[in-house]
Amino acid sequence: MKTRLKFTKSGPLKFIGHLDVMRYFQKAIRRAELDVEYSQGYSPHQLMSFAAPLGVGLTSDGEYLDVQFHTCDAPKIMVEKLNAVMAEDIQIVDFKILPDTSKNAMSIVAAADYLVSIKDGYSFLEKELFEIKFKEFYLQNSINITKKTKKSENEVDIKPFIYSYGFLQKDFFDSIGQSGAMNQDFSSVAETYKNGIRVFMQLATGSVNNLKPELVMEAFCQYAGIEYNTFAYQIHRMEVYAACGNDSDQTLVPLNQVL
Amino acid sequence: MKKLALSDEILMTIEKPARYIGNEINIVKKELDKIEIRFCMCFPDVYEIGMSHLGIQILYDMFNRREDTYCERVYSPWVDLDKIMREKKIPLFALESQDPIKEFDFLGITLQYEMCYTNILQILELSQIPIYAKDRSEEDPFVLGGGPCTYNPEPIADFFDFFYIGEGEVIYDELLDLYKEHKKQGGTRREFLEKIAELDGIYVPSFYDIEYKDDLTIASITKNNPHAKDSVKRVVEMNMSETYYPKNPVVPYIKATQDRVVLEIQRGCIRGCRFCQAGMVYRPTRERSVEFLKEYAKSMLKATGHEEISLSSLSSSDYSGLQELVYYLIDEFGTKGVNISLPSLRIDAFALDVMSKVQDVKKSSLTFAPEAGSQRLRDVVNKGLTEEAILKGALEAFQSGWNRVKLYFMMGLPTETEEDIEGIAILSDKIAREYYTIPKDQRNGKVSIVSSTSFFVPKPFTPFQWVRMNTTEEYLSKQHLLRSKMNEQLNRKSIKYNWHEAELSILEGVFARGDRKVSKVIYDAYKAGCLYDSWSEHFKYDLWIKAFEENGLSIAFYTSRERELEEILPWEFIDVGVTKEFLWREYSRAKAEKVTPNCKLGCANCGAKVFNGGVCFDGVLQEVSQ
Repeated sequence: MKTRLKFTKSGPLKFIGHLDVMRYFQKAIRRAELDVEYSQGYSPHQLMSFAAPLGVGLTSDGEYLDVQFHTCDAPKIMVEKLNAVMAEDIQIVDFKILPDTSKNAMSIVAAADYLVSIKDGYSFLEKELFEIKFKEFYLQNSINITKKTKKSENEVDIKPFIYSYGFLQKDFFDSIGQSGAMNQDFSSVAETYKNGIRVFMQLATGSVNNLKPELVMEAFCQYAGIEYNTFAYQIHRMEVYAACGNDSDQTLVPLNQVL
Repeated sequence: MKKLALSDEILMTIEKPARYIGNEINIVKKELDKIEIRFCMCFPDVYEIGMSHLGIQILYDMFNRREDTYCERVYSPWVDLDKIMREKKIPLFALESQDPIKEFDFLGITLQYEMCYTNILQILELSQIPIYAKDRSEEDPFVLGGGPCTYNPEPIADFFDFFYIGEGEVIYDELLDLYKEHKKQGGTRREFLEKIAELDGIYVPSFYDIEYKDDLTIASITKNNPHAKDSVKRVVEMNMSETYYPKNPVVPYIKATQDRVVLEIQRGCIRGCRFCQAGMVYRPTRERSVEFLKEYAKSMLKATGHEEISLSSLSSSDYSGLQELVYYLIDEFGTKGVNISLPSLRIDAFALDVMSKVQDVKKSSLTFAPEAGSQRLRDVVNKGLTEEAILKGALEAFQSGWNRVKLYFMMGLPTETEEDIEGIAILSDKIAREYYTIPKDQRNGKVSIVSSTSFFVPKPFTPFQWVRMNTTEEYLSKQHLLRSKMNEQLNRKSIKYNWHEAELSILEGVFARGDRKVSKVIYDAYKAGCLYDSWSEHFKYDLWIKAFEENGLSIAFYTSRERELEEILPWEFIDVGVTKEFLWREYSRAKAEKVTPNCKLGCANCGAKVFNGGVCFDGVLQEVSQ
């Protein structure tokens, strides 16, 4: 049966790359002695796929992984069994059994929420100034950046792919219609910094349109006339969404609520 | 976020940051205020290599069973991080607590191969511990070494406070108890070394003086401290089924070289190949019980989630319970997607049956290690494998669908002639011919033979410890000869020939049989930039040559010189069980091309009987002699 696991990634384990996270899950599922399905052949592998690979250095409250099991226990028990053999910094927070007809997570990803924090010890704008500037930056008619590919350089307007932003978590959740998320018994694994400078954003993600938060910050720095230092930002993914409904009336639904 | 020794920025700059963050599955966490002894275990090579080593996993588990001790791990920082740590003066840290190693009580370094010696100096220097033992203060950790290279520790003796010679399971408990007592009494560094110098297996190099003759050979090895022993006896664990073994080994996040459960089925080897140090210094052969191994296989697979289990021993086919164990593993875990890997297996009907069950015949290959190309030379080195057995095994495998064979040989073995070298090419060809005796419609495509040669390096405590090693030039001309002989073979297109670099082997030869004078060369070469010498892309032979020249030492003195029986060898003060008389007798038999039967067929009186157990007392000997 198809299932979807939601997990967090934080602390030192943010330095584990995507392929190693995959190996980690294969071993964790074996440690938990779950009845996972394998592919056929002499080198069988577990049937699993990730929604959207997370880059090295990023933390997350909302990573998704689809796994096929022959049989499984109630979701609560599956979460307990897995967490008992998992590292503290990669933990399962949700387990859903999916209908057999459901599409795999990777194919339906449409957007993701991010929290970008400025790490302490890097020169950056003051908090108030940053917020004013970022607002101005977003209010431009278009945000053009140069995308380099192997063959050519293209001017791209990334503004349509920034769906929303906010400086306070509550405002941000209100703006993306996820106010409910604030009320849940939810504690983020995101790192916090003394300077308190941060911005939430919802960006297009997936195979159709994909915008990385790093690129937004790079464009912002260019706009604000400050140097972009790749090491200055801690990027934290909060949630990954699928687009549901038809073309005229699309809503974004967290991957573990897609049926 | 939990404290890491390296900043995010550094970790994001270097290759594979996961090498340095610890926090792996199954690591031991302890509260420091409840700990009396902090021990850092080091494998002086990169993380992926070090994490693959079984010995450290055994000791890590054993030390941490003690409530008063916290054992952590450290590996060599890769060259990218090495540079940053030097620039920023970041002290080397242990993975678990991320605390600087200089704060520890002990730094234990495992010495698995000679080419890691410069990495030891890197570990010490980055840890901000004085490289020479004589320069260390009361605040510095005790630096100790263990593992196979301690059977001649002299080239690195100056860098260590003491060596542990023998198997780790035996006297560490006693040693740590002594340390705790010593710490309470507030004794000096020297006083502690004096106490442990009396223990079997412990060698404190600073308590011995070495005098040299005019010809640079050793005149005498003399104790300069009354606590030191005349000879240091190797310590041996005799009960292999009631001793330490980790049930939940640490599982790395990044792929280690050995990404699998390793089950040591036995220690020692009955075969007595005359070039093999492990086969001599790990005597007597001691088996673990099948029940013990079944239980540990189960727990370790469960605790790690590994997809593969590998049996470890010097010669798996000689393990008496092999069939029972292997069929158990296949039945119990084969259906759960666990691969079973069986290195060092003699190719026979059983091996082929097992291999056909656990491997894809089309993708896997057969491995033979004839070591020498002719029966004459195989008799010299006492390698019991005959051409008949190789050809028979290969044909049976070919008939079962295999078509790939790997062959391992050594070049430069004592008494080697051009015919012996040509024999490598001829044997490779004969195996290919064997394949083509199968009717065409039953063959599985073309046959592929890969023959590899490495250069023979004489090792201490082997019957060849006295022999002259070939020079680089001799090795290269032999290699050249073999390449041309390979090209003369009928099936040359099916044979691929691989060879090793000669320079690395020459240096290994110096370290293997070197004396204390070599330590200055290692120090200078390291200071000149040598590091990760076992990695060919980092090996800087010219810097090594320069270091030898500047110290007035000749490589040829250590390698290309036949030693006399009377010469005092640098490792002479170590008693490994196997006697010098036996080794010399074996050397004489080698020169006479006489084979010596394996331990199960008859006792050759090697000396290992003093340990009172293992194969020497298995009862097989009596039956044979009757």
